[in-house]
Amino acid sequence: MNSLLWLIPIAIVLGLIGLAGFFWTIRNDQYEDPEGDAARILHSEDKPL
Amino acid sequence: MASIIENDMGCPSGQDTGLDLARQSSGASRSINYIDFVQTRADGTHSLNLMVSGVHCAGCVAKIERNISALDGVQFARMNLSTLRLTIHWTGAKNKADQIANLLSSLGYGTQPFDIELQPLGTKKQLSKLLKAMAVAGFASANIMLLSVGVWASSGEMTDSQQTLMHWISALIAIPVVAYSGRVFFASAWQALKNRTTNMDVPISLALILACALSLYETINKNPDTYFDAAVMLCFLLLIGRYLDMRLRLRTGESAQRLAAMQAHSANLILPDGSIKSVRTSQVKPGDLLLIAAGENVPVDGQIKQGISEVDASIATGEALPQHAKPGDKVYSGMINIGAPLQIEALAVSEDSFLSEISKMVEAGEQKKSRYVKIADKAAKAYVPIVHSLALLTFLGWLMVGGEIRTAMINAIAVLIITCPCALGLAVPAVQIVAAGRLFKKGVLIRSGDALERLAKIDNIIFDKTGTLTLGRLALANGKDISKDQLESAAKLARASTHPKARAVARAAGKGPLAKDIKEIPGKGLQAIIDGKSVKFGSGSWCGVKRENDMRNMAWLKIGTRKPVMFEFKDRIRGDSLHVIEQLKDRGYELELLSGDTVEMARTVAQDLGIQKWAGEVSPKDKLARLGQLQEQGLFPMMVGDGINDAPALAAATASASPATAAMVTRASSDIILLGDDLEGLPVVLEVAQKAQQRVKENLGLAVVYNILAVPLAVFGFVNPLIAAIAMSLSSLLVTLNALRMRVTKPERRPTT
Repeated sequence: MNSLLWLIPIAIVLGLIGLAGFFWTIRNDQYEDPEGDAARILHSEDKPL
Repeated sequence: MASIIENDMGCPSGQDTGLDLARQSSGASRSINYIDFVQTRADGTHSLNLMVSGVHCAGCVAKIERNISALDGVQFARMNLSTLRLTIHWTGAKNKADQIANLLSSLGYGTQPFDIELQPLGTKKQLSKLLKAMAVAGFASANIMLLSVGVWASSGEMTDSQQTLMHWISALIAIPVVAYSGRVFFASAWQALKNRTTNMDVPISLALILACALSLYETINKNPDTYFDAAVMLCFLLLIGRYLDMRLRLRTGESAQRLAAMQAHSANLILPDGSIKSVRTSQVKPGDLLLIAAGENVPVDGQIKQGISEVDASIATGEALPQHAKPGDKVYSGMINIGAPLQIEALAVSEDSFLSEISKMVEAGEQKKSRYVKIADKAAKAYVPIVHSLALLTFLGWLMVGGEIRTAMINAIAVLIITCPCALGLAVPAVQIVAAGRLFKKGVLIRSGDALERLAKIDNIIFDKTGTLTLGRLALANGKDISKDQLESAAKLARASTHPKARAVARAAGKGPLAKDIKEIPGKGLQAIIDGKSVKFGSGSWCGVKRENDMRNMAWLKIGTRKPVMFEFKDRIRGDSLHVIEQLKDRGYELELLSGDTVEMARTVAQDLGIQKWAGEVSPKDKLARLGQLQEQGLFPMMVGDGINDAPALAAATASASPATAAMVTRASSDIILLGDDLEGLPVVLEVAQKAQQRVKENLGLAVVYNILAVPLAVFGFVNPLIAAIAMSLSSLLVTLNALRMRVTKPERRPTT
C-alpha cells in the first residue's frame, strides 16, 4: 500500500509531462504539415538545438 | 547534401503535368492577377498563398523553398506538402507576386492563388482546441484506466478503504477533465436544446454528466462501482471522431467572396461635355455612357456605342477565343476588353448586372446544398429518442419490479453509457478521412465529408466544354504548314504580348529572344522591325488578307512585302478526356455536355468524345435550369466545370468538381478539385465515394448490432464498469479497423506519362 502512495503520483506526473510535451507540439504547429516535415528532415541544415 | 538527395529522389511523374499546368495557368486566356491576392501584413511585409501542383517529394519542397528564398526581399517561404500550399512573405514591392509565380512555373510547377481567408484563423484555433481537449481526455483515460484495472484485478485483495482511495483519485482526475474536454459536446447540446431540437450531443452530454455525478455519489458513499473510466474514455473516443471530421473540413475550405473582386470598382463616366469622370461602379445608372480602356473590366452590363475591339468573354461563355465586339453588341460585367477602347451605354445598374446575378445564383445554390442532411445526422435523429426512452423505461421498470431508486438509477445510466454513440461518432469521420487521404494522393482535393456522401449518389454527369473537357487555351493548329523561320519571326513579336493567340505562338516556338521596339496596336496586332524588314503579326485585315480567307481563329504573319502566312488556332481536348468519358460510360453514368460556346463547337467536341446528349450556347441560367429539371426527376446530377459561368450550376448540383485551373470562384463552389492536367481523378473519386459510403453503412450497421447485443445487458442490470469499458473500446476499435480497410485496395493502373 505504501508503495502505491508514491507510485501513483509518479505515474500521474509522468503522464502530465507527456501531456505538456504534446501541448508544446501543438503550439509549435507540428501538426500543420506532417508529410512535408517528414520530407524536410532530409534537407534541413543541422543546427545545434 | 540537399542536391544529392534531390537527384536521387527525383520526381517520378510530377514534372510533366506540373509544367503543363504551369503553362496553362500562365496562358492569357484566363490570366491571373497575382497582385490581387497579395496581403499586406501588420509589419508592412507582404504575403501570398499559392496552391502549387506537381509537388511530390522532398526534392520538390527543397527546390521550391530554396529558389523562392533566394529572391530579393523574400523573408519566408514554406511549402506545405500536406495541403499543397505555399506561403511566402516578403518586403518591398507588391508586384513581386508575379515574379514568384513565374519562377514557380519556370521550375515546372503549376500555381493558383489561394486566399488566406479560406482558412479562417478561427477554424485553426478551433482545431487546436479540439486537439488539446483530445489530448487531455487521452491522458486522463489512460491514468484512470490504470487505476480501474487495479481495482478490477484486485478481487478481494484490496480493502474497501483502498478501493475508495482509488475512486477518489479517479474522481479528482475525471471530473475536471470531463468538464474541460466535454465542453465541445456540452456547448453543442445546449445550443440544440435552446433551439428545441436534439442532436447526437444531447445523449453524449447526458451520459457524461450523469456518469460522473453517479460515480461521485458512489465514491462518497464508499460503494464499489464507479464509471469514471467509462466517462473519460467516451469523451476521448468521441473527440477523436470530432477531430478527424474537423480536420477534413479544414483542408480545402474556400470562400466565394472573390466574385466581388472581379467586378470593376470604378467606371469611367463620359460626361455630356465629353470629359471623363471616374465614379464608383455602384453609382452608374442605365443610360450612362462609359469608356472602357483596353485591359479594363466591363463594370456593368451594356451595349457598345462606339469602337471595335475584342473582348475576353470567358466569364460568360467559358470560351477561350476572344470575341469581336462592335457597336450594337452587348457586353456583360466581368468581361475584359483586350483590344481598343470602347464606349458603352450602361443597360443595368451594378446590382442587376451579370456578375452580381451569378453571385446570387451561387449563393442560392450553396444554401440549398447546406440543407443536405448528413447520414450521421439522420442516424442521430432516429437514435436519440430511442436511447432516451430506453433509459427512462429502464429506470421506471426497475422501480416497478421493486428495485431501489439507486439501482434503477445505476441501470438507467448504464444504458446511457453503453448506448452512447462512440462507434457512431467514429463510424463516419474515420471512413471519410481515410477516403479523403486516398483521394489526396490521387490528386483530388475534397472539400467536406458530406461531399463524399453526395458523390456516392451521383447518376448523371454534366460536363462543361472549355477548360474542362478541352484545355481552354489556344494552341497552334497548323504548325506543319509554317516554316521554322516564320514561326520564330512571329514568336519574336508574340513573346511580348499577353493575347491568347500570341501566347499560343510563343508556346509553340519555345523560349527565345524578343524583337526590339515591339508595338502592340490594339485590335490589330504586333509590329516590329527585324533585320531591317517590317514584320507584322495580327489580324487578317491589317496584314492585307482578303476578308473571305480570314476567320476568327486565325492570325497572320506578314514579313516585308511577302505574302501573309496563316496561323490557325484551336482549343485542344484534354489529354485523358476520351479515356475518362469511356470509363464513366462503362460504369453506367449518363453523360451530358452543356457549353456556353457556339453550337458547332459543342457538337464537334461531343462527337469527338462520344457524348450523345449535348447543347451549345447555354447560359449559366440554362445550365441551372437543366440541373433543376434532372433533380425534379429524382436524379442526382453532378456538374463538372471550370468557368465562372459554371459556378451557379456547380453550387446547385448534387455534387460538383472542377479542375485546379478553374477560376477561384468556380473552385470555391465545387465539392472536389482535380489537381493535375487531366480528368483521370473523376472516375477514381466516384469509385472511392461509393466505397466510402458502403463502409459508412457497414459501420453504422456494426454500431446497431453492438447495441442490440449490449443494450439488453444494461437494461437488465448485468453491466458493470468492466463490461462497459470493454464493450465501448471494442466497438470503436471494430469500426476504426473497418474504416482502415479503405486504405488497402488492389493496385490501380497508373496513368502513363
